[in-house]
Amino acid sequence: MIRSTARGLDTRLRIAPVVREALNHVFPDHWSFMLGEIALYSFVILVASGLFLAMFYNGSAAQVVYHGSYHPLDGVKMSAAYQSLLNLSFDVPAGLLMRQMHHWAADIFIAAIVVHQARIFFTAAYRRPREINWVVGMTLLLLALANGYFGYSMCGDLLSGAGLRIGYAILLSLPVIGPWMTFIFLGGTVPADTVIPRLYAWHIFLVPMLLGVLLVVHLAIIWRQYHTNFPGPGRSQTSIVGARLWPSYTLKSIGLFLLLLGILAALGGLVQIDPVWIYGPYDPVSIIPGAQPDWYLGWIEGAMRLFPGVNLHLGSYLIPEVFFPAVLFPGLLIVVLYLYPFLEKAFTRDHGSYNVLRIPSQYPFNTALGCAVFSCLILLEFAGADDVLVMASSGSVVALRLLFRVLFFVVPIAVGVVVYTLCWLARRKHAEAHLLAEGAPQPR
Amino acid sequence: MSEEGGQKGSWLWAGGVLAWKLARSLARPVARVLMGRRIQPIGEIKRVGEAARPGRVSDAVMLGLEATALTQALRDTFEEIHGPEAEETSERENDRNLDAERGVNVEKREKWGTALVVFWLALAFAGGIAFLFTYWTGGNNLILGSMLGVFFGCFGIALVVWSHSLVPHTEATEPRAPLAAPTPKFQSAMGDFTRGYHQIQRRNLLKWASVAGAGMVAAVFISFLRSMGRSPEASLYTRVWKQGQRLMKFDGTPVTVDALQPGSTMIVFPEGSEDTETAQTVLLRVRPELLRLPASRSTWAPGGYLAYSRVCTHAGCSVGMYERTSHLLMCPCHQSTFDVLIGAQPTGGPAARALPQLPLYADDRGFLRAGGGFTEPPGPGFWGMP
Repeated sequence: MIRSTARGLDTRLRIAPVVREALNHVFPDHWSFMLGEIALYSFVILVASGLFLAMFYNGSAAQVVYHGSYHPLDGVKMSAAYQSLLNLSFDVPAGLLMRQMHHWAADIFIAAIVVHQARIFFTAAYRRPREINWVVGMTLLLLALANGYFGYSMCGDLLSGAGLRIGYAILLSLPVIGPWMTFIFLGGTVPADTVIPRLYAWHIFLVPMLLGVLLVVHLAIIWRQYHTNFPGPGRSQTSIVGARLWPSYTLKSIGLFLLLLGILAALGGLVQIDPVWIYGPYDPVSIIPGAQPDWYLGWIEGAMRLFPGVNLHLGSYLIPEVFFPAVLFPGLLIVVLYLYPFLEKAFTRDHGSYNVLRIPSQYPFNTALGCAVFSCLILLEFAGADDVLVMASSGSVVALRLLFRVLFFVVPIAVGVVVYTLCWLARRKHAEAHLLAEGAPQPR
Repeated sequence: MSEEGGQKGSWLWAGGVLAWKLARSLARPVARVLMGRRIQPIGEIKRVGEAARPGRVSDAVMLGLEATALTQALRDTFEEIHGPEAEETSERENDRNLDAERGVNVEKREKWGTALVVFWLALAFAGGIAFLFTYWTGGNNLILGSMLGVFFGCFGIALVVWSHSLVPHTEATEPRAPLAAPTPKFQSAMGDFTRGYHQIQRRNLLKWASVAGAGMVAAVFISFLRSMGRSPEASLYTRVWKQGQRLMKFDGTPVTVDALQPGSTMIVFPEGSEDTETAQTVLLRVRPELLRLPASRSTWAPGGYLAYSRVCTHAGCSVGMYERTSHLLMCPCHQSTFDVLIGAQPTGGPAARALPQLPLYADDRGFLRAGGGFTEPPGPGFWGMP
């Protein structure tokens, strides 16, 4: 059966050589190479669960009065979008499960991308010939962040309303083009009736399409260039060592996919996420104290809280205070990240092509810089939740914020210095061991 | 005679058929070689396709037949050039067998592996049954999720165990082919491109015309963005309130001078535009002797009533909290604080600009009214904000 099907396809498409190459494709075996796979499979699960949700979600800001099965909100005015979410969560079989799985999958998708990219960064897998894929990967990360924000902003609940208003203020703060850009993309001041339908179009069509296309490009490039190898005995720049795609890698990879699906299903069932019915519908005069964005935007929130109230007047024009922490700071970080492979090349004058990864301690500067930036982002993440921290403890916001402002400068520098020192020591030890090994009498 | 003639005829007939078959079988390789040598497949196909031959086998079939013959001919030619297809050796022959190197007891591993895989698959199956049962009987989300989790999770574990214990552990090492194409290949590709490029690019005029055309395409597409939004002018620069407008509560009743005690607040809207985002205004009352408003605003707080925009100047949240002892309005989003006694100037947090103030006066019937618009357009800052 398999044979005759294969023969039939081959006589029409000449697929045998292609399939053979695919079956024999070599993938290195290392746990950290699964991270990208987790991101890929999360995307697949996001598309599938999103398709389910799209059958029930109503992307409309029209005001309706709720009379559904969730009695606490009976008779409350809300957007049709929010109403459709309540119906999805309470009346559609497995609707809540799908919605929570979707949200969890989004969080895991972005987390997997971030950790995957950290792995790439710390092992210098972005070096020639893989700079293109670094750039593609950066774009995938940004698209994922944007789509996460669009997704939880189109729920029409009170929390997402706060997020939208802050997003509006950030977009509006752009010098020169801010006002026009805001009004073109959002259709007016938030919450204009146009915002939810637009978020809907971007969230389910534009961004996933771009993500899908770029993912294919990302994978095609990996396929063409083969994966990198960690250094070790028998590893060289001109060879690839690992397992064949068929059957061990295939089985393991499908197993990973199903395991991820299982974890997401369990999370979707057992761990509540984004309970919109508790927040209540968006209403322009209400606001939730202790409101936080999803974790992947928390660092921008933290930067916005720490940045002092500084207005910059240029003649009769204004650069508002949110521009610096919410546009300039993330913007610079993103630009530096995009250019990192090229910057490193320019600084080290190393234009070589590498297929063997660099152990983080081998190049202390890179590792120290990465750790410093990460520590800074994690610190900002906490600063973005300083009101919650104050509520949980008994300190004052003012004192805590002052502390965070100091730490913002101290922590990254300290982390950078410590990591640099540790790497330097490790590298020296490694070199000594190497020398000893070379100098030692060889067994015959 | 006739019989003999008949026999002779049938011999002739048989001979003719034989000759025809022989000739055809001889002609085929000759034709094959000829066709293969001067490759004109497109011409051949076109000729057949063009000629309408009514009453014969349909053109499509003829085309198909000839194309098959052609493919065969091309394949044969390929073989003539490259030699007969060699038996391909498996790339896997040189793979390292890690199990053998590490001295793993494969038999034992497979025995245990099989048992484990069956165990996990059985668990997955049970989870699946439990899920279906819960789903069809309208069970709750907790059970649905956990059972689906058990199903997929155990299925996944089963496959991972399968891959680990029932598939030989091998390690392949292959040389990486250089990514760059050999220089001649690159040169010829580049050469073909350049040749084509020179074929199209003849006149400067055409070049500029096509650039203009591309620019026009971009202009048309970008223009469509205009449909997406209105001009920001009117809504960004509005000061919302008009001179003499009454302050209205949520329920649409006007606010009178005895509405609040010192230390309390309420949300008010301009008469006629209740419950809108930018119009929301916080009305509060303090003891008049505490006020330290700028001299130009000294008459704006009749009876200690103060009104400020309720939209934070930092990031646009509703400034929803008031601390009566320190007379601070606070935004719950980023904890900016504004001192209401000095015109809602920011005193802490990330906000840089004061909340726009609304001048108030009480009319002779005791209604609070706006003495004009907000001092600035309400809401977060933007380029061109006055």
